[in-house]
Amino acid sequence: MEGKDRKNNFAPGHNACPGCGAAIGVRQIMRAAGENIIVVSPTGCLETFSSPYGGSAWEVPWVHPLFENAPAVATGIKAALKHQGNEETRVLVIGGDGATYDIGMGSLSGMLEREDEILYICYDNEGYMNTGIQRSSATPYGAKTSTTPIGVCSFGESCRKKDLLEIARAHHIKYAASGTIAYPQDLMKKVKKGLATKGPAFIHLLTPCSLGWGIEPEATIEFSKLAVETALFPLVEYENGELVNIFIPKKIKPVDEYLKKQKRYTHLFSKENAGVLAEIQEMADANSRKYGFRQ
Amino acid sequence: MKLNIGCITEAGLSKKNRTGYWRYFFPIVDKEKCNGCGICELFCPDSCIQIKDKKCVVNGYYCKGCGICARECPRAALTMQPGGEEAE
Amino acid sequence: MRNALIKKKEVMQGSIAVAEAVKSARPGVIAAYPITPQTYIIEHLATLIANGELKSRYVRADSEFSAASIVYGSVAAGERSYTASSSQGLLLMTEVIFNMAGTRLPVVITGVNRSISPPINIQNDHQDTMVLRDSGIIQLYVENIQEAVDTHIQIFKIAEDKEVLLPAMVCMDGFVISHTYEPVTIWKDEAVQEFLPPFSPVYKTDPQNPLTYGSLTDDDKVTEFKYMTNEALVKSKKKIIAVAREFQEIFGNHYGDLLQEYRTEDAEIILVAMGTVISTIKVAVDALRKNGKKVGVIKVRSYRPFPDEELRTALSKCRLAVVVDKSYSCSSGGILGSEIKACLYNQRGPSIINYIAGIGGREIFPETIKDMVVKSEKLAESGKIPDGSVFFDLNKQLLNNQLL
Repeated sequence: MEGKDRKNNFAPGHNACPGCGAAIGVRQIMRAAGENIIVVSPTGCLETFSSPYGGSAWEVPWVHPLFENAPAVATGIKAALKHQGNEETRVLVIGGDGATYDIGMGSLSGMLEREDEILYICYDNEGYMNTGIQRSSATPYGAKTSTTPIGVCSFGESCRKKDLLEIARAHHIKYAASGTIAYPQDLMKKVKKGLATKGPAFIHLLTPCSLGWGIEPEATIEFSKLAVETALFPLVEYENGELVNIFIPKKIKPVDEYLKKQKRYTHLFSKENAGVLAEIQEMADANSRKYGFRQ
Repeated sequence: MKLNIGCITEAGLSKKNRTGYWRYFFPIVDKEKCNGCGICELFCPDSCIQIKDKKCVVNGYYCKGCGICARECPRAALTMQPGGEEAE
Repeated sequence: MRNALIKKKEVMQGSIAVAEAVKSARPGVIAAYPITPQTYIIEHLATLIANGELKSRYVRADSEFSAASIVYGSVAAGERSYTASSSQGLLLMTEVIFNMAGTRLPVVITGVNRSISPPINIQNDHQDTMVLRDSGIIQLYVENIQEAVDTHIQIFKIAEDKEVLLPAMVCMDGFVISHTYEPVTIWKDEAVQEFLPPFSPVYKTDPQNPLTYGSLTDDDKVTEFKYMTNEALVKSKKKIIAVAREFQEIFGNHYGDLLQEYRTEDAEIILVAMGTVISTIKVAVDALRKNGKKVGVIKVRSYRPFPDEELRTALSKCRLAVVVDKSYSCSSGGILGSEIKACLYNQRGPSIINYIAGIGGREIFPETIKDMVVKSEKLAESGKIPDGSVFFDLNKQLLNNQLL
């Protein structure tokens, strides 16, 4: 049954957990990305499960440098390709939220500011899942992680998640979008657009993590969809600074439907945390108002 | 094993790994219900599914048994059943 | 020097001369982040590119960490690449430099030596480059501007050799080399290009031949990969020597193989040091010789790879070695001194005294060196060789005024 799955450029036999959202995301990305591409990934889940020596899943050139420097390494690769007169080969970074929101933010900002044609995709599973589900600055408000435990003095993550897409957009990049694995056609279209952009491009990709979120592996796609349907994760697309596309869910669901089935949020459904829940609902409502969803 | 300088390794060698050993459940396809839409193939994290003759075929060598395909099939054509060791 | 190979011979600032040397090596990619005293080098390279005199891509990095990462990427993609930094900038690059060595990417870096904060100080010592010693990077220390120029040309050839493939650094004293003016010879580009062929990588990030860089690796192979990098550095000695001699044959200049000895033939006392202080020591040695003291000096040109065999041989006949360190490892002592002691342990070698001096730009005068020699002789004669390293130019009076 072995054989080169050339359609994906990302082979099976990798070590991702069953039902891994990041693995689904990378397959969808790589299908759209084609073969004439060089991928850079910082340290993280993806690096760990896809790159063992003598067991790499990558079928395109793939570089894992360090945790905090993938955008700069991609810049160097692009500079070399340009010096060689190679305008065809694309450069893509696929990095987790820890590498993007936290440790690699400076490097990312440098990349987005320069004019190189590099697509950066942040696969966001909302925490340091590979090291044991610690909190990152992508961990949502109220979520329980191993470093935001629940206790008499704590309701979980107490800071609001950064608005990564707006941070990227503030660099005046020509293409910025959000996507999630439940909408593969939408994501693949966005990847193609990002790679065709004359300049840096950015995609924020939500990839649920069954282990870190406390959901069943088979529910990965379901929660990816619920994040969109509750307006907590709107699917949008900006070209040249203009909002050109919004996915409008038919009916916006209350955030409870998304939160209550995830173990990282079960503590929010107690009397004392009702206020936290209301705040999360307000965050979703703010998104609905911003993008004109009917509530 | 060959040691390349700089710990640089060849592409695609993960394909030798039989991740099918991990699973407890395996998706069984009801060929009557399956219309080969391919949504399961796009959602599979492990590239186990191929659409052949407009029907879904699951590769037991790699399938870790996560169950996404069965959960997401719009026609409920896949059901998770214990084992599936024979399906390779 | 070979006149036909000379492009120009004029009084130049060290940084400009080094930038001209880098230009003649024609790197495809240059990335840098400014820090004193490295700035004049990268400014001049940026100017050469802006003027169309150098066809390279110059990337203005957002930090030294990114500058190092950019050239990591460009070498991985098959281009000769260059960066430069100093002090805190080199510390910030450290993680990437380990990664370059382990991934066997021959990036060339100029380390313009400057003290480490705190206290913040822009002047020279060797602390910044010495902390990189465990990474696998090649380090050649230079004594003057011409040596800096010639060593830059040599080091690309050493680093990119298929049996070496390691990052490599020319360590040159900040201000003393970077900002001073001396008569310098700049070689014709064609002459340098004949000496230094284009970079031809063993591996590169090529979609036609996809490879995975930076693999997760288990304990069953990690020791072997690290051993391979270590061996490459050890074996680079041969290449450093061969390239120095080839350079001498073509261009006429030679600064020693791994070491350079000066008046050591019959020396009873040998001073050992690195960098520009060597010139000062040579002046002191000449003066001491006039007074009948049999003194010589060894310049450690190649600090990494460490010239252990060569030092054992060179120091075998003297009775006293005085190692002058411009860096130290807290509570352990002078770094060069400690390593020389280690490599002579169990040998029938000389007594060794290790002085730490010249930290944060504190001047080492010929008189300082003479004083070191006189004091060392007395200590040796009275059998009171200090066990550890001694801060030689410490102002004890000032120290007595410290407040808690």
